[in-house]
Amino acid sequence: MTRLTPKDLVIECETGNYHTFCPISCVSWLYQKVEDSFFLVIGTKTCGYFLQNSLGVMIFAEPRYAMAELEEGDITAQINPYTDLKRLCLEIQQDRNPSLIVWIGTCTTEVIKMDLEGIAPRLEAELQIPILVARANGLDYAFTQGEDNVLASMVDCCPSEQHASDQSSPPLVLFGSVAATVASQLNDELAQQGIEVSGWLPSRRHSELPAVGPMVHVAGVNPFLSRTALALSRRRKCEVIYSPFPIGPDGTAAWLERITQALKVGNHQLIRERAATIWGTLEDHLTYLEGRSIFFMGDNLLEVSLARFLARCGMTILEVGVPYVDRRFQGPEIQFLEQTCQEMDLLMPRIVEKPDNYYQVHRIHAVRPDLVITGMAHANPLEARGITTKWSVEFTFSQIHGFTNARDILKLIQRPLERNQSLDQLGWSTLTREPALT
Amino acid sequence: MQLAYWMYAGPAHVGTLRVTSSFKNVHAIMHAPLGDDYFHVMRSMLERERDFTPVTASIVDRDVLGNGTKDKVTEAARRKDREDAPDLIVVTPTCTSSILQEDLANFVDLAKLGSEGDVIAADVNHYRFNEVQAADRTLEQIVKFYIQKAQDQGNLITERTSKPSVNLLGIFTLGFHHSHDLREMKRLLFYLGIEVNAVLPEGADIETIRHLPQAWINLVPYREIGLMTAQFLEEEFGQPYVSTMPMGTTQTENFVREIFSTLQSLDPSLSTDHVSQYLHEKTHWVGESAWFSRSIDCQNLTGRRAIVFGDASHAAAMTRILSQEMGIQVVCAGTYCTHDAEWFRQQVSPYTEEILITEDHTQVGDVIRRLEPAAIFGTQMERHVGKRLGIPCGVISSPVHIQNFPLAYRPFCGYEGANQIADLVYNSFSLGMEEHLLEMFGGHDTKEILDLPLDPQDILWTKEGEEELQNIPRFVRHKVRKNTENYALQHHLEEITPAVLFRAKEAFGG
Repeated sequence: MTRLTPKDLVIECETGNYHTFCPISCVSWLYQKVEDSFFLVIGTKTCGYFLQNSLGVMIFAEPRYAMAELEEGDITAQINPYTDLKRLCLEIQQDRNPSLIVWIGTCTTEVIKMDLEGIAPRLEAELQIPILVARANGLDYAFTQGEDNVLASMVDCCPSEQHASDQSSPPLVLFGSVAATVASQLNDELAQQGIEVSGWLPSRRHSELPAVGPMVHVAGVNPFLSRTALALSRRRKCEVIYSPFPIGPDGTAAWLERITQALKVGNHQLIRERAATIWGTLEDHLTYLEGRSIFFMGDNLLEVSLARFLARCGMTILEVGVPYVDRRFQGPEIQFLEQTCQEMDLLMPRIVEKPDNYYQVHRIHAVRPDLVITGMAHANPLEARGITTKWSVEFTFSQIHGFTNARDILKLIQRPLERNQSLDQLGWSTLTREPALT
Repeated sequence: MQLAYWMYAGPAHVGTLRVTSSFKNVHAIMHAPLGDDYFHVMRSMLERERDFTPVTASIVDRDVLGNGTKDKVTEAARRKDREDAPDLIVVTPTCTSSILQEDLANFVDLAKLGSEGDVIAADVNHYRFNEVQAADRTLEQIVKFYIQKAQDQGNLITERTSKPSVNLLGIFTLGFHHSHDLREMKRLLFYLGIEVNAVLPEGADIETIRHLPQAWINLVPYREIGLMTAQFLEEEFGQPYVSTMPMGTTQTENFVREIFSTLQSLDPSLSTDHVSQYLHEKTHWVGESAWFSRSIDCQNLTGRRAIVFGDASHAAAMTRILSQEMGIQVVCAGTYCTHDAEWFRQQVSPYTEEILITEDHTQVGDVIRRLEPAAIFGTQMERHVGKRLGIPCGVISSPVHIQNFPLAYRPFCGYEGANQIADLVYNSFSLGMEEHLLEMFGGHDTKEILDLPLDPQDILWTKEGEEELQNIPRFVRHKVRKNTENYALQHHLEEITPAVLFRAKEAFGG
């Protein structure tokens, strides 16, 4: 096994044998975000079973998504997918009357090469409803990359920016699906810099998609949106602002600075003062977390940004597992992590792309981190072996962006540590008969 | 293609994985794309499992699609053999591998070459079987494999135990209250002087299998899993089986009597004097459910209307209990085990007015709407239908949530199980009654109070501020409103804009 804490930041690649959510899970938050949409996942019982169980109680709230469940006849091409999809979409139109139907292609549609991109335009014309196709399959993507694929395909639906607007600053479109509150907060931060956000991708309603074009600057709010950035830049000629992501006060400040720089407005002094104020409010958390170590097993692509923020909080980052590293889109964030570790005089973490969970568990036993950020597959077994964990998916579903929510990230980090601190006094830290791995 | 929102039984591989991960030291290699290993989460969360789930995915990705999966699966199996030295590796197909139509048997042959342990491929086609059927098949397949192996090696143990003994087949992980039922059944058998020779697959190691023929008979408490294995053992060794589920007082008695009549058919000299005495004692004095049936409380339930839905074994048993033991009118009994429809019909037809065999949860919902029962006994899906319609629901069958994996002792089988069921039934109906009475007398009167500002100050919420507040989840909205107003007061702000709301959060941290 290689060294655990190298001196320079290295990016390694393992076997890709790791646990993560299937990217079709993105329908669970996107259908809520785009209020007039309907998501149709074209897949098998396996996909349905995953969604049903991972969505928990949401499934009982008549969600605007469904499975088009493929049967044996579909697989053996005895049935024409065009007529079948038409029948299902008509049914959806009648029952739900959405303004947009999104087809989510899965592993099975890939393997049998169902031509969703070819069928969609025909049906779109016949049914008079926009149909988007997004490939969110486990053959190519992990978890949050599902959203990236949906947004990348939504880029084509955005109206064109026709003329230079009379706004004081050039138009800015933000991309990434965040809660309405978080969107207001980020809009508000930019407004203080004299920037009015001209729109978000995705928007609340299909008809409200932002105009994009060569005059438009775009900035991502999440690290997993590389294909969307590429689509905006290549297909719509937008100006992509590459930057660290607005996670943590350091990330938010850097993000704001890069945007204001690109748009040539704003006041960096104000941004720094605001960041300093926020750091001031986090003092109690920082005292608690400083010097503790953390290990990311990696499953949702937020890892590098979170690691960078926690390094700035004084935590030792042992390993940053991450499903996929896009060297261009995540580049500024990776550099920022490296820079942060230098400035904080911390050992450089290793970034492990496509990690191998089995090897990671062995490394965890070897270095015994204070906290492991991991998926639910490993959380309970690690806890039983006396290793404190935090369930990674919570970072995906919590409000973690901007200055305002920095504290929420630290609360998520601190809670398991505090809980186990109180339990450790009882002598219940190891609850398995199995001998510890070495 | 069909439109589907929800399913009762999961895909085939889940059934296979439930069987393999119930055994000790058996590892499954799933042949699947990234993200299909959600079974880990189910087991780790619902069962609160302390150990790592012995399932590894051999990831099918773009690369593998191009070059074929053979090397990857073979290497995954060999690697696991080196790392954990499992007794058995089960290569598990998924929907993806089913359509790739690759020769899993061939992969297994190759994997065996470099492995110390055994390797087999689960014989379950995704498009032909569901979770329930696959579990049954996989258990049979593993048992057959090791019986064959023991026969080949000449170390099969076929000599019957001196005292009457049984194998309990089909207890496994993520089964509805299985671990509690197992404890209850073991206790029942212990007091009747019957030994438990083996429990399969939960907690068993592979070694157990060659000892199976030692038992006098097999017990299959749940029809969904274990029946195929029991039938195989009967054909192979003439080992009889009892597939009555001991759920409810009368069925528990039938279960015990059947066991003894079967044992006696093997050994006519076996004494059964103590059996009637034991059953009488249990029914009349120890178990409370017989007395409950007779009590005034239960009298009030007479003729009340209920609907039952679930897997075949639980739904059939529940229908019988409600109708026979509690005098409740079962207006519809149904199951999603469509492959076992015939048995189900025959079991429940004396006890219900209508029989529903379907895998479509909307159809079940429609029947509930149409028949308007006073209570539902079903799965988590029926519980939610009940919530929407204001009808109480007791959960009696998978699929289930984490609350159906209680820490406390909650069997559904045996005499303690009958007590639990009586409580469940009684509470469902009486809660419904309570709601009904509340409604009649005007209901709880507190809902509207919660959303009012506590102490209206001279602070104005701007329209935008108020809108932003509405984005906050309802259960914390009131606290946020109060905190924001306090913040505005402290800072001498006269109106609350979204920005003030955000600053208050930054200052107070929530």
